[in-house]
Amino acid sequence: MVAESWYVALSAVLFSIGVVGVVVRRNPLVMFMSIELMLNAANLAFVAFGRRAGNADGQIAVFFVMAVAAAEVAVGLAIIVTVFRLRRRLSVDDLSLMRW
Amino acid sequence: MTHAAFLVIAALAVASALGLVLRRNAIHGALFLVVNLGSVAALYLTLGAEFLAAVQVIVYAGAIMVLFVFAIMVLIPGKEETGLDPRRGWRLLALPVGALLALQLLLVVRAGVGPVAPAAAVPGGVEAVARLLFTRYLLPFELTSVLLLAAMVGVLLLARRRV
Amino acid sequence: MSLAADLGIAFGRVAFVMLFVLNMGGLLTWVERKQSAIMQDRIGANRASILGLRLFGLFHPLADAIKMLTKEDFRPARADRVLFGLAPFVSVFFALTAFASIPFGDTLRVGGREIPLQAVTLNVGVLYVFAMLSLGVYGVMMAGWSSGNNFALLGGQRAAALMITAEVAIGASIMGVIMVYGSLNMMDIVRGQGALLWGWLPAWGIVTQPLAFVLFLTAGIAATKRIPFDMPEGESEIIGYFVEYSGMKFGMFAMADFLETVVIAGMTTSLFLGGWQVPYLDAAGVRLPWGWTWALPHLLVVLLQVGAFVLKVCAVIFFMMLIRWTLPRFRYDQAMRLGWLGLFPLSIANIVLTGLVLLLWGGRP
Repeated sequence: MVAESWYVALSAVLFSIGVVGVVVRRNPLVMFMSIELMLNAANLAFVAFGRRAGNADGQIAVFFVMAVAAAEVAVGLAIIVTVFRLRRRLSVDDLSLMRW
Repeated sequence: MTHAAFLVIAALAVASALGLVLRRNAIHGALFLVVNLGSVAALYLTLGAEFLAAVQVIVYAGAIMVLFVFAIMVLIPGKEETGLDPRRGWRLLALPVGALLALQLLLVVRAGVGPVAPAAAVPGGVEAVARLLFTRYLLPFELTSVLLLAAMVGVLLLARRRV
Repeated sequence: MSLAADLGIAFGRVAFVMLFVLNMGGLLTWVERKQSAIMQDRIGANRASILGLRLFGLFHPLADAIKMLTKEDFRPARADRVLFGLAPFVSVFFALTAFASIPFGDTLRVGGREIPLQAVTLNVGVLYVFAMLSLGVYGVMMAGWSSGNNFALLGGQRAAALMITAEVAIGASIMGVIMVYGSLNMMDIVRGQGALLWGWLPAWGIVTQPLAFVLFLTAGIAATKRIPFDMPEGESEIIGYFVEYSGMKFGMFAMADFLETVVIAGMTTSLFLGGWQVPYLDAAGVRLPWGWTWALPHLLVVLLQVGAFVLKVCAVIFFMMLIRWTLPRFRYDQAMRLGWLGLFPLSIANIVLTGLVLLLWGGRP
């Protein structure tokens, strides 16, 4: 039986990789995917803690996180596609003003 | 035996996460993320959450990432991020800071490890999840459906051609 | 000793499923040609022969395989190297693994062991098949993207959109079946279809959920991209995602098509046509509703049930081939409209209706 702390440690490592990905990359799509990686790492921590608590609440939390992540990805991608249509370039450094 | 399986799957997860962050090509990165989501689903299986593993593969790896790959295909092929990076110094600072973050989190995990209680059999089947979902968490469940509707309406509005 | 026996048995179950699926996939090329020939009142392919023996054209799949293996393996100059080679493998892999949780027989009791005749026993077997089908979309998209060809990219997007639509419709239509039989485990669903309604009618899925059967079969044919839903690559009209592939890589895409057909046929059989159940045959022997019984040895019963499963899968495949050579193909917008404005709302209505009926019935059959 693998101890839950190993899972949480793995989740911490994945989360940090996601953070580095968001900061270092300039392509908004890759940044978005790194955010998804962070959410995924948090989900893993939820399930590990849920097993420690012995009930299914951790899994319920992951369920809701997944549903919200789906909605967020849809809207976020729509925004990115719209911005790309107007600006014709795909770099977040250009999006530093609220209006142009 | 289970420890060996955990280590192999964990190594796959970390490797594919690094692949996502380090690859120039966005589609390769997206496929690495799919591998990562699959390995996390395998980890859910080892934690006894079978329903969640299936849902992770179907929803996250099979629908959300497909949407991502679609968007990447539409938004021009090839590599972006060409050209000089005016904030290169700041960006590269993220690497040691990220390592520091990982170190801090691992220390927190290590400090929080109490005596390992004998794990009670976690109900991982559909029935346990459904029972909780429809009794105790009914309100968040209904709110999530409204949220998804709002997201759908928002995406439809954003994707309309404003000619 | 016991570990070796356990491993051997697990290997045997997986080997049966894999050999069954692969052989059916190969055979289907011959069935397609012969059945279409019979339907169109001609002879079909019958020239391939070994030592003068023609065998109704059964050597044609072999000839096709040899032809594809000896063709030039061409890769376009602008193709993405890794993804171009990976795409056919991904398609075939997920089509093959999808069959793993479909039971092909009852629990075999031999030598003091209980062997469930299923490659993998999963509590969420239905969702597992779904997951493999939804991952199969990646093979198609990778093929379209990595060919370096704009038309292939468009074809890949068409195919991916179609597969996603079909997958949603499949999921929604299965919900009714799961509500009636009360479990996501395929073996339980098939066992539940052995019950007799009102004492004489076998409670097969097609009897308890007729609307879901029609919706599932339609959505299943859409998911396998067969005619009438083959607008991703509509042979004489429009090119699709495998236009830059040649040789065995193209052969693998065609193979993935047939393998998915077998998987959908297997799912239809297990969920709606009683799986391995033979009507009025249970573990002890034949038991007819008016009380007449006939005891049969356990091995014979299991053999009959496995044979029934194979027969039903073949019947569903025959029906799917029949539809293929009868109907013209849908346009892209027609297929999307059918999927989202036809199949999906009807599946939701089926769920509501099933819930109502279950409430009024007061439980499950």
